[in-house]
This record gives sequence, C-alpha cells and structure tokens, in this order.
Amino acid sequence: MSRASTGLRPDLAVILDHIEPGSRALDVGCGDGVLMAALRDQKQVDARGIEIDGGCVERCVAQGLSVVQGDADRDLSFYPDGAFDYAILSQTLQTAARPDRMLQELLRVGRRAFVSFPNFAYWRMRWSLLSKGRMPVTRHLPVTWYETQNIHHVTVRDFESLAGDLDIAISNRWFFTNEREVGESGANWRAEYALFEVGRSSAKAPQA
Amino acid sequence: MAPSPATQAITLPDPLPLDSGEALEHVQIAYETYGELAADKSNAILLCHALTGDQFVAREHPVTGKPGWWARMVGPGKPIDTDRYHVICANVIGSCMGSTGPASDAADGKPYAMRFPVITIRDMVRGLVGLLDQLEIAQLHAVVGGSMGGMQALSLAANFPERAARVLAIASTARHSAQNIAFHEVGRQAIMADPNWAEGDYYATGAAPDAGLAVARMAAHITYLSEAGLTDKFGRRLQDRPDGTKGAKSFGFDADFQVESYLRYQGSGFTRRFDANSYLYITRAMDYFDLAEEHAKDGKEGRLADAFADSKARFCLVSFDSDWLYPTAESRHVVHALNAAGAPVSFVELSAPFGHDSFLLDVPELDRVVKGFIE
Repeated sequence: MSRASTGLRPDLAVILDHIEPGSRALDVGCGDGVLMAALRDQKQVDARGIEIDGGCVERCVAQGLSVVQGDADRDLSFYPDGAFDYAILSQTLQTAARPDRMLQELLRVGRRAFVSFPNFAYWRMRWSLLSKGRMPVTRHLPVTWYETQNIHHVTVRDFESLAGDLDIAISNRWFFTNEREVGESGANWRAEYALFEVGRSSAKAPQA
Repeated sequence: MAPSPATQAITLPDPLPLDSGEALEHVQIAYETYGELAADKSNAILLCHALTGDQFVAREHPVTGKPGWWARMVGPGKPIDTDRYHVICANVIGSCMGSTGPASDAADGKPYAMRFPVITIRDMVRGLVGLLDQLEIAQLHAVVGGSMGGMQALSLAANFPERAARVLAIASTARHSAQNIAFHEVGRQAIMADPNWAEGDYYATGAAPDAGLAVARMAAHITYLSEAGLTDKFGRRLQDRPDGTKGAKSFGFDADFQVESYLRYQGSGFTRRFDANSYLYITRAMDYFDLAEEHAKDGKEGRLADAFADSKARFCLVSFDSDWLYPTAESRHVVHALNAAGAPVSFVELSAPFGHDSFLLDVPELDRVVKGFIE
C-alpha cells in the first residue's frame, strides 16, 4: 500500500489518499481533527470541521484547525451550496437523526462525499444476534443498545439501496475488517465497516 | 472621575469621521504596549477592552493599583505571550483613561460633557485603526477582545478586512438584544436621575453623579455573573456589622445580605475610576451595535454574512454556557454567518460557572483555545 499516511485509521487513510491536493473539505464529526490535520499538512487542503464534543473542538483549535462546535443534524444547513469539494462523514452516519437527509446535505455542501459506517450485517453481528438473541456489542459498536448514539444501524446493502433511492452515484467503495482492507466479494458478510465515495448521479438539483 | 493616567498617547492627524455624520477633531488615543514589535511588524496583536476596561491589560492600574484586567492571559509565557507578540491595547474613544471622551476638553477649553457626539462601536474601531496607521502597522497578527472588545474585533474584521489576519471574539455578539439595551437603559437612567449629573455638566462642580453611576454599575454587575455563581458566592448569607457583631437582619435597609454589601462595594469602587458621561456614551455605542444592519444595502434588511463577505481572516468565537448576557446563541449566530460567508471559523462553548465574566477569570480551557488559535 502506498498510503500517504501511516497511523491513521484505515478508512481515514483511504480518504486522505483520494482527496485532491489543495481542495476544500468539510469533516463532519471531525473528532480530535486527526484527518483534518493530515489533510492540511500532507495535501494542503483547506479543511473545516464540525464536532459536537467541546473537548475535541478545543483540541482542534489548539492545533490551529478551523472547527465549529455544533450538531451536524442542525448546523450543516448554515453552509452554502457547493461550499466544499468534499464532505466527509466518518463513522457518524448511523448517529444521524435522519441519515437520508444527512446524505443529501453532504452532497449539497460538497460536490462529493466520503461516508464510512459500521456494517451491521457483518457476520459477527449476525452471529451474536442469532446465537444470543441480543443486540451485538463489538469493537466497532462497543456500547450497549440503551447507551449507544448509533440510532440508525445500517448495512452495506442498506446503504447501496438508499444511494439508489436518493439518486446518489457510488464511485468508489472500500471494506475493512480488523483494521485491514478486505475485498468486495461478500462484503455485506465480511466487512466490519465500509467506506463509500459518492456524488450526484445526475445534474438534478438536491431536494429541499 | 476623569483621571489622567501616565500612559502613551497619540493625536490623530485628521478629524475622525463618525457614523452620526459628525467628525471629531484632535482625537487623542491613549494606549499601552507589551512585548517587542518585530522588525517586520508582523507580530502585533490588538486587544480590545470591554465597556469599563482600559489599556492597562497587564499592567498595574494607575488609579486602583490593581493588576491589569487580563494579566492572567497576557504576559511573558502566558497564552498571549508577550515574549513573542507585541500586544497593543488602546482606550476607546468615549472612555476616560486618556482617550478623547466626554470629559476631554472641546475646542472652547471646556469639557465636552454632553456636547460630545454620540459614537458607535465602528467609530471606536476607526479610532483604533487610526492608531494602527500612526504605528504603521498594516496588518495585525490578531485582533482579540471579550464582550464589547469582541464587538470591536468583529467590527474591525467587517469594516477593515485587510487589517487583521486572525479575529478572536470571546463572550460577545454581533448585535445588542432588547434585553441588553434594557439593562443599559436602567444604568443610564440611574445616572441621569442623580441630581449631581446636572445634564452632564458636573466636571467643574466638584460633585459627580457617583450615586447614579454606582447604581448603574450594580445593575450591570448582576448581568456579568450567573445565578449559580451568586448563590455559590453569597447565598442568603448575612453580612457582619461594621462593629464586628455577627450578621443579623437589621429590620432596616442597611446591607444585611453579603450580596448587597458586595454590590455596594462594586458600585462605589467603580465611581473612583470611571466617568459617568463615558458610561452613557459607551453603553449607547453598544446598544447601537448591529453588524448586520450596518451592512444593509439598497434598503434591504442586512445579512450578517454580508458584513464578512470581504474578509480573509481566520475567526474564532468562544462562548460560555453560564453567560446569559451574550449567550451561546449569539456566538452561533455569528458562526453561521461566517460559515455562509465561507470564512474559516472555529467556535467552542466552554463550560464555566462565572457567567459573562468567565472570560476574565480562571478558565484553563479558554487559555488553551486562545493560545492555540493565535499561534
């Protein structure tokens, strides 16, 4: 692998590799700003972030990153259409109040979007549910059902279906298990989490 | 009242045009600096003070003898590090610590008093930019301010977009709300109801409207604190008597409660360092402040985003969860406008118990944000 960065979570490393140098990117749910800092330092990207956790925002600002404390469900609407080349939503789609609207918003403010999420159809999930009859608790979904922020569990197939419904074109997809990239075959079984690069499939204006 | 402290000052070479349409002649700007200015003048930070603040940011106050109002933030090795940055803080016009204000002498040799023109936040900023011109500082590394200082920082960014590379506004707002104006009106009415105010012409009488100014300060001071902070600090505790006897209800109108005693002390202390007419003029300037309205064009309602359309600066806004004077929603309003204008902006709401005054007090998270942002 010729990753531009080592030490990044694999999905973030893929995003870093596939973003055009010097472009503008919005990292929605940017956490500590690790991807933003890499984008800025290695790709000279004009990176902006939204993060709900004040402590994370403080650490981002201390690194000189432009991050706004806010709620992506509510605050994306304040960004103008097409303000960014890329909108990035890593491991956050399943926490959105309305993931479908979130996707639409990402592709309103960004020309393209990178979206990653834990795959609820991963075989360990299925096995846990089948064998124990209880909501799975795994490395990528480590919180019990009543405490988790993941209110909209989603599978690889669900995401592909939603993209079709929303007239969103998938241009790239990557799958990961045990922090390594895995192939596309049987991904809905085999992938612990997935990353998609998406764009508008037609010139059709985003729905209001 | 109207002290003339030992401080640096310059006189602006040209009359200062004001939003009212008038112009102010022979404007003096008093200021203090901290830290060395780099040879290329690239390390200057302008600090803008709040309503009753002044240029003594990190230096003993010449009237009160107290440490500077932001000594915990500004100094060698502090978050705004004077070993690296040249910090400039100027007294705003309309104030009373050496810059031209209502207590200053007009052309006829008598104090302006109420003949002083009504000024705005933008007029204050024009004065500050006049100072920067005299100091030949083309672009600030940063402009930083809390409360009214934040309004000046935002106004400078909007009106002089090339003058600052970074803009940091703490516990501030882009417009005064009805509630903000209402509290200020209480203060102004208290001053003007004091017979000593004498239509503002009290400078030669030897009796300033101290009672009115003290009440204004007391009312305002409540808005700078939080309910929880007041409860924590004073609760319903009673004040010990001056003769040393333990506090008890007097069934009279002495300062029975500690909070009463505290407010009276705040009020009377304030009158020793501040001019009542300055208080009228500066609160008026704050009440007139509405950055969106200021940038309205062609009779249409102003959009705040338009105020920042030409800005190339990076912005940072900070609010405090216990600040009900300029609550988080006001900072968010500015952030959303900056987002809409495409400006790089950071924003964080910090948790601190001290209300609006949190920006002046011990909040380590604020230190980290300030230091990180200006670097």
